Amino acid sequence: MNGTFAPAASAAPLHRMVRAQTVMEARLLLRNGEQLVLALVIPLVVLVAGVLAAERFDLVEGDAVGHLTPGVVALAVMSTAFTSLAIATGFERRYGVLKWLGSSPLPRAGLLLGKTSALLLVEVGQIGCIAAAAYALGWRPTPGAAGALGLVLAVGLGTLAFASLGLLMAGTLRAEATLAAANLVFVLLAIGGGVVVSPREYGEVGDVLRLLPSGALHEAIASALGDGSIAWGACGVLVVWAALGSALTARTFRWE
Amino acid sequence: MPQPPSGEPAVVIADLVMRYGDTVAVDGLSLSVPGGVIAAVLGPNGAGKTTTLETCEGYRRPQSGRVRVLGLDPVADRRALLPRIGVMLQSGGAWSGVRAHEMLRHVAALHADPLPVDVLVERLGLRECGRTPYRRLSGGQQQRLGLAMSLVGRPELLFVDEPTAGLDPQARHTVWDLLRELRSGGVTVVLTTHFMDEAERLADQVYVVDHGRVVAAGTPAALTAASTVGPQQASLSFRARPGLDIASLEATLPSGFQVLEQPAGEYAVLGPVAPGTLARVTTWCSDHDVLPEGLQIGRRTLEDVFLELTGRDLR
Repeated sequence: MNGTFAPAASAAPLHRMVRAQTVMEARLLLRNGEQLVLALVIPLVVLVAGVLAAERFDLVEGDAVGHLTPGVVALAVMSTAFTSLAIATGFERRYGVLKWLGSSPLPRAGLLLGKTSALLLVEVGQIGCIAAAAYALGWRPTPGAAGALGLVLAVGLGTLAFASLGLLMAGTLRAEATLAAANLVFVLLAIGGGVVVSPREYGEVGDVLRLLPSGALHEAIASALGDGSIAWGACGVLVVWAALGSALTARTFRWE
Repeated sequence: MPQPPSGEPAVVIADLVMRYGDTVAVDGLSLSVPGGVIAAVLGPNGAGKTTTLETCEGYRRPQSGRVRVLGLDPVADRRALLPRIGVMLQSGGAWSGVRAHEMLRHVAALHADPLPVDVLVERLGLRECGRTPYRRLSGGQQQRLGLAMSLVGRPELLFVDEPTAGLDPQARHTVWDLLRELRSGGVTVVLTTHFMDEAERLADQVYVVDHGRVVAAGTPAALTAASTVGPQQASLSFRARPGLDIASLEATLPSGFQVLEQPAGEYAVLGPVAPGTLARVTTWCSDHDVLPEGLQIGRRTLEDVFLELTGRDLR
């Protein structure tokens, strides 16, 4: 039995550590019922109810599902990259998970890469479900290559922007405060942030909403899925938020 | 094997100072842990044990002084050091929703040559709780999972912060046996504890820490050696009915002995106890029709040493 514990310590290759971390984080993001509600049930309810209501009350001229789907995709990205991440990270701090990982062979960059990849993995699943539901409701997008690229860009940059803001919140507030605030911000932005409904439809405040990450994410996704173009302005806004959020997070984040 | 050559210390701390605001947590602490031993850092709450450990683990940069772990600087050489050490935090460390075995498999995946998870699970009695989420594990199970997490990467050096806090006696012995087995496998173990018996039974080297300094260091035997018996030391004790005539007992003993009754019914004979002392005490008891119950000759325990060094104030 003596040989069992003979030291043989060395780190796994970085790509293996990042893959392990990605899979672990993605599984945990989807483990709780309330997180599934946030990630899938709410966006799908918004999509179906929105389309039914638009058709019943003639709220939208023409293609209601084509009009609503981009905003629902934006909502889903925001729910995962911001709210789920903030809550999960807040409790990781509380339970010493980040601290312990800080003593493991996984470097900080590997941890961030794993977290980001997990978010993207979950988002691909969300977008797949939303697209399938939208298709069933009659959605027939024709985005083309530029639109596909625009969607990847919008989701990628939107994820970075919202994730950096989610980490900013999780790294400074207590876990319970993060739980409350992340949900509150999600609800406020979902209703008044130009994420589901285009910022243009908010009248004069629309110009302000387009400068928020929520409004910019909507515009970037709507362009990609609508006329198949890349909304460079909106992407620029997301880049600025991502840079701002990351810089503040790097300065303020407390690991425990 | 990438271990320091035998004889070279696994951990060297020289004049470490750490402050939190106005509070001095570590105040010029120095110690050296040889490779391949179990070393216990023993001290009351707030003595600076955890801060010292966290400095060795690279979490905190020494504000003053020097720390070397396996010959490396824990902050500057962090990436080289971390894969070679195992860390068990005082509490937590796992996601609340993660299942016990899932967590261990994840940690194993971060290492190139991990221990078989099944072996660890078996050894630490974690087999039944494999699918239980971390938050529903008992305190003892969480503690053992934390230990398993620190071990799975086959570290050369293990830092464990209060490894048996909250464990029942069986689990404490399991952990002790495991730590001894690690030592015989060639692993150096540095643990903090405020359980004297843990340090006394387990450690090869004990460092008594108080107010951020090492106030005594050595093997448990050296620390408890009778040569330093203090004036407060009970050398012979027994229980009997309260209110015995202790002045008369004291009179039968050579000068230099003192007899106390404290609390009522518990008697202590203080002084340089020799075989003859025992005979005189039992003779006196026989003459006075007293049956001395629980009669024992007290060797100093580490607890006595500890309390002498650190005082009896609560903190």
